[in-house]
Amino acid sequence: MNIDWSIIINFLPQLFHGAKITLYITVTGLIGGITLGAVIGLMRAYGGYILNTLAFIYVEIIRGTPIVVQVMFLYFALPVLVDIRIDPMTTAILAIVINAGAYVAEIVRGAVLSISKGLTEAGRAIGLPRWKVVVYIVGPLAFRRLIPPLGNQCIVSLKDTSLFIVIGVGELTRTGQEIMAANFRAVEIWTAVAVFYLIMTGTLSLLLRIIEKRMRIL
Amino acid sequence: MSAIIEFKNVSKHFGPLKVLEEVDLDINRGEVVVLIGPSGSGKSTLLRCINGLEMITSGDLLVDGLSVKGGNKILREIRQEAGMVFQQFNLFPQMNALENVAFGQRHVRGMGRKAADISAQELLEKVGLGDKSRHYPHELSGGQQQRVAIARALAIKPKVMLFDEPTSALDPELKQEVLSVMRKLAEEQMTMVVVTHEMSFAKQVGTRLIFMEHGKIAVDANPADVIDNPPNDRMKDFLRHV
Ligand SMILES: Nc1ncnc2c1ncn2[C@@H]1O[C@H](COP(=O)(O)OP(=O)(O)OP(=O)(O)O)[C@@H](O)[C@H]1O
Ligand SMILES: [Mg+2]
Repeated sequence: MNIDWSIIINFLPQLFHGAKITLYITVTGLIGGITLGAVIGLMRAYGGYILNTLAFIYVEIIRGTPIVVQVMFLYFALPVLVDIRIDPMTTAILAIVINAGAYVAEIVRGAVLSISKGLTEAGRAIGLPRWKVVVYIVGPLAFRRLIPPLGNQCIVSLKDTSLFIVIGVGELTRTGQEIMAANFRAVEIWTAVAVFYLIMTGTLSLLLRIIEKRMRIL
Repeated sequence: MSAIIEFKNVSKHFGPLKVLEEVDLDINRGEVVVLIGPSGSGKSTLLRCINGLEMITSGDLLVDGLSVKGGNKILREIRQEAGMVFQQFNLFPQMNALENVAFGQRHVRGMGRKAADISAQELLEKVGLGDKSRHYPHELSGGQQQRVAIARALAIKPKVMLFDEPTSALDPELKQEVLSVMRKLAEEQMTMVVVTHEMSFAKQVGTRLIFMEHGKIAVDANPADVIDNPPNDRMKDFLRHV
């Protein structure tokens, strides 16, 4: 067994490129996913019967199927069904949006419902319209409770991007595999890939800690 | 004297449960109505129908001439006429005392920040908490929180104040500070509807005592007349246990 860590240096530019794509998919996907999740979560918490049921079905379908199957469906089944062909990169981003959206929806719903009914009533009792109760009273309180599970979901989604290897998106894991295929340096390359992921998830965790420290849970 | 709150044959059902049954009740300006009755008799529900936190099932209920069935906009007007104080205080935890009181003036009455802060400070002084305006709810005792909650309700300039067991969550020594604020309000001719177990308050401050039973008004009389001399056995029994 000859292990030569110095070879990693040769592949650093490639790995950085892969990491950039991973980050791009994660960030774009999460912006969409958090937006979608907020809407769906509010539908679950405040929507009438129909909106609530629609949101519930979406959440259950996504949470009840593996993300790989969701990606495969988007990439291979959708073109057959409705004749929409999307490129791997768009598929990847869309998959994160749809997948994270469902989990974020449950996080948002949980946070909103955890705010005591008494506070909502106190707001309504002074004559506030419902939207102001949500924006000024429930929202800020729910937001504080949202941060920890939301941060966790960001880390999960970041790691989930590695499975876009199945549709050939050149993200970090795929990059690692391509390098591997050329030189068979498994230990060095996969260690380097893991360290790249750790740096990204570690930074996220750290950010999360800092935000949590600054915000008192009320 | 003109009625400011008029229950006209009001019923309230929760599914099959009849919580208020055909209640007729007029409350006049300046009255301090004390509501008592066994648990589940509908006291809170009666109060919450007045400001539309519960929707009445049938009949009509007018507050200062406005019907609670008039839709959201009317309902918000009614809520500005009728302030409410809850057993659990329900102060907004992310705001300090001053912000809690000023919030409604700014967002409901549309007052500017400066004016709202000044008037909030005055209200806090009125409830004896002028020096606590920068304290957050979790930094205040229960009695202090409840007094902030009273100031918050007063800030909307209501014509009626509704109290749902305002001292039930408080230790005995803290009850008095809240009751004395309420007494002061009564002296200023504020119309009040108070659900409470504090019979001495009912006797000294109340102008009218209502005993509820199974969603109906069983007794409606002058407190001084009936507290020591209950007109029926169930009320006698109830009073013995509070
Ligand atoms: N939102 C609701 N849904 C279903 N039932 C309810 C609801 N609110 C109150 N009830 C029921 O209505 C009845 C009257 O309740 P209410 O709170 O008005 O009684 P109360 O006289 O205030 O009692 P307590 O002294 O315990 O506060 C109770 O049987 C209660 O369980
Ligand atoms: Mg009650």
